[in-house]
Amino acid sequence: MLQFARTYTIENVSRRNLLKGFAFGGGLVLMARLLPEEARAAGMHEQQYATGSTGMPHGTVNDPHVFVAIAPDGTVTIIAARAEMGTGAARTSLPMIIAEELDADWSRVKIEQSVGNEERYGNQDTDGSRSVRHFLQPMRECGAAMRMMLESAAATRWGVDPSQVRARNHEVIDTSSGQRLGYGDLAAAAAALPTPPVARLTFKDPSEYRYIGKETVQIVDLFDITAGKARYGADHRLPGQRYAVIARPPVVGGKLVSFDAAEALKVPGVERVLAVQGWQPPGTKFLPVGGVAVVARNTGAAMAGRDKLKIVWDDGPNKTYDTDAYRAELQKAVAMPGEVVRNQGDFDAAAKSAAQVISAEYYIPHLVHTPMEPPSALVYVSDGKCEAWAPVQSPGGTRDDLAKLLNLAPGKVTLHTTLLGGGFGRKSKCDYVLEAALLSKELGIPVQVQWTREDDIRNSFYHAVAVERIEAAVDADKKVIGWRHRSASPSIITTFKAGVEHQAAFEVSMGLVDVPFDIANIRCETGAAPAHTRIGWFRSVYNIPHGFAVQSFVAELAHALGRDQKDMLLELIGPPRVVDLRQTVAKDMFWDYGEPWDSYPIDAGRLRNVAEVAAKEAGWGRTLPPGHGLGIAAHRSFVTYVATVVEVAVAPDGTISVPRVDTAIDCGFHVNPERIASQVEGAAVMGLTLAKYGNITFKNGRVQQGNFDDYQMVRIDESPKVTKVHIVPHPYEVHASGVGEPPLPPFAPALCNAIFAATGKRIRNLPVGDQLKT
Amino acid sequence: MIKFTVNGQPQTTDADPSSPLLWYLRDELDLIGTKFGCGKALCGACTVHIDGQAVRSCTLPLSTVDGRAVVTIEGLHPSGDHPVQRAWRAVSVPQCGFCQAGQIMQAAALLAANPKPTDAEIDQGMSGNICRCGCYQRIHMAVRLAATGV
Repeated sequence: MLQFARTYTIENVSRRNLLKGFAFGGGLVLMARLLPEEARAAGMHEQQYATGSTGMPHGTVNDPHVFVAIAPDGTVTIIAARAEMGTGAARTSLPMIIAEELDADWSRVKIEQSVGNEERYGNQDTDGSRSVRHFLQPMRECGAAMRMMLESAAATRWGVDPSQVRARNHEVIDTSSGQRLGYGDLAAAAAALPTPPVARLTFKDPSEYRYIGKETVQIVDLFDITAGKARYGADHRLPGQRYAVIARPPVVGGKLVSFDAAEALKVPGVERVLAVQGWQPPGTKFLPVGGVAVVARNTGAAMAGRDKLKIVWDDGPNKTYDTDAYRAELQKAVAMPGEVVRNQGDFDAAAKSAAQVISAEYYIPHLVHTPMEPPSALVYVSDGKCEAWAPVQSPGGTRDDLAKLLNLAPGKVTLHTTLLGGGFGRKSKCDYVLEAALLSKELGIPVQVQWTREDDIRNSFYHAVAVERIEAAVDADKKVIGWRHRSASPSIITTFKAGVEHQAAFEVSMGLVDVPFDIANIRCETGAAPAHTRIGWFRSVYNIPHGFAVQSFVAELAHALGRDQKDMLLELIGPPRVVDLRQTVAKDMFWDYGEPWDSYPIDAGRLRNVAEVAAKEAGWGRTLPPGHGLGIAAHRSFVTYVATVVEVAVAPDGTISVPRVDTAIDCGFHVNPERIASQVEGAAVMGLTLAKYGNITFKNGRVQQGNFDDYQMVRIDESPKVTKVHIVPHPYEVHASGVGEPPLPPFAPALCNAIFAATGKRIRNLPVGDQLKT
Repeated sequence: MIKFTVNGQPQTTDADPSSPLLWYLRDELDLIGTKFGCGKALCGACTVHIDGQAVRSCTLPLSTVDGRAVVTIEGLHPSGDHPVQRAWRAVSVPQCGFCQAGQIMQAAALLAANPKPTDAEIDQGMSGNICRCGCYQRIHMAVRLAATGV
């Protein structure tokens, strides 16, 4: 258990006086106040606990017959159906919710990973920070139903009224006689019972929680990970399997013309060299790009063989892609009117009447995910069946993509989800699994495809490059009366469809149109940005460029108007209120992360609150040593509110270090504070990496970086020294929201605002690189 | 013919002597705890001990281990309870966990050579190992805890 490493605090609600500032559109807090007993007795089922899960493919499943098995010895096996990539949500937090309501003894719980099968388990697509947000209530129902089935089985066994038995810590007790039976003794009888309807379920009072909201549970894979026993994508073995690496077109959209394998085949261990079918984007979704595969008896031989290949490529239409030239195109795009995606009031009139107009332009380059585990997969196609072991974020989607590729019924494909050695959005795309399937089908043997780091960096689905231009109209009283934000950035939709040049609704709703500022005249526009490479999700997605621009610009305004950064931020956020964009955002261009508005309105009060908590905990305004500065940023994403204060130290030679980070997170009701803290701590490191180093550049259509020497990661000696996490608590009725992604967007702007405070140098173009070097 | 020991077991191989040790461990011996992260000794995911020294196995030719003792994460402690492993659990270090075997092997070698490192020595000693999830704060805590006794 945690001995001393508590890196987070749960904010004291009464001290913060949180509820005072709240104005819930859906009136959920009010409902809970008026009807606590009724609500509990009836169960907070889907109608009352509405989430966007109903809009996801295959929705959610809450049936204990699907997720829970109890052995005669009392061992409770809980199915983890989503992918575990390090957040702890899939294999620890969600099972913990079942165990809580089931009143199981966690030390007698085992976790089993499901195969990809959304018809059975509900949506398995592990991205969008949705796991706890969508499955909290279904998992709670699942545990409660199983508990009631055990109670019912015990009452029948004893011939007593069910109302006088209750489950407690892996036993059912007859409260009148005191007799008791273990869950194992009741398992068979309970499993034979039908699942009680949701309306009949009763739930534990949160005051009785032993796991939820506590720090009593550690991640289930902790021992295996630390003992080297945990199995990731490349860690499964089948008899007769071979190892393959693939030389892919250096320019996306390129094609193989010819290859000479003579030298490669001389490498000891290399057995086969063959062309792999490929597809040329745009619009090819996750289909592989093709190339030449080297198949060998071990991975090292396959890699050595690939080095000896002589290949002629046709580079195709993207061979001139150059990120310097593209940047100039994006700058041109934001210099002129774009497609209007939000129009509130009249920005032009405000600008005309303004005492001054302040503007700034920001550049955020392409990024790539580089999970520590490069993509890999083991697939065996034989006898009209396909079996795969792969680290994928979307097990059900991968199964279906395999079935489609191989022209098999989905039932003929078995996709075992291994642990993911990091995902960050990269492993939402299953191209590497499809490659292994193509090779296995061709060769008739199990094939493990291993990507090298160079493959990962050069053949990815890249985080979109962006130019963001913001202009603010300020009146004679130094009040901001107008806001125009133009964003030009290629859309992820280009990976699915040809001919797309503007950001889609889900993209502009990540920090562009949903800016929650209390400004009368707001206009948001997107500029044309055709894609010349594959664009894909990267942890927190378009919140990175939009959030960087907005939160940097707030601090720029503060400086220009002689204000404190934090005061300026709070003034722009305005008073606690629901910010309803549904009238001012262009038709179908607002997307509340797929959630029902009444459950997840944009609450300016909650955004204010995290900013105030982070500032107070960081000691905002304190005297700092020379060369140090504080910066703040607050951003809502994935329906969660996060604010970060970064303290930076800039050495005389321009080297930056981060002595301290304070992040406040309001993710509604929280399940696993220890894992929430770990996500926030990690986001500070990833945020520092992308701010300091993150830069994928293209020349002649080719990615210029290749490994950790030229695509650098922050290491332990330059990582933030202390990251303090402050969790804003809420009762169950305040819907749980995302955690994996939301801590990332505020970091880079908070850092750059801190750099400005320390040095007077404004970073508008990421990465920081050597811009501060003297 | 190359002869060496892996986790105390004698091994003899006529594999390509220029081939990296990592693939012999993973693909021939099925010791999958040692990970491939970069292939250029830049990230430390493949760290093993050779005669007690932390070494990156992804670039180390098999020929160089002839006559030497290789220890992988699987052999660090018979029941997985080396003080560094226990410290890692005490502070719940891992997120995805992929880099952690390498981190633990690096930390164990660091503490064997320098049982009471300063904070700066911990950071310096661990700076060759990348964690993309960003567990550094807890890695630092765990190394310090292991040094002071769990």
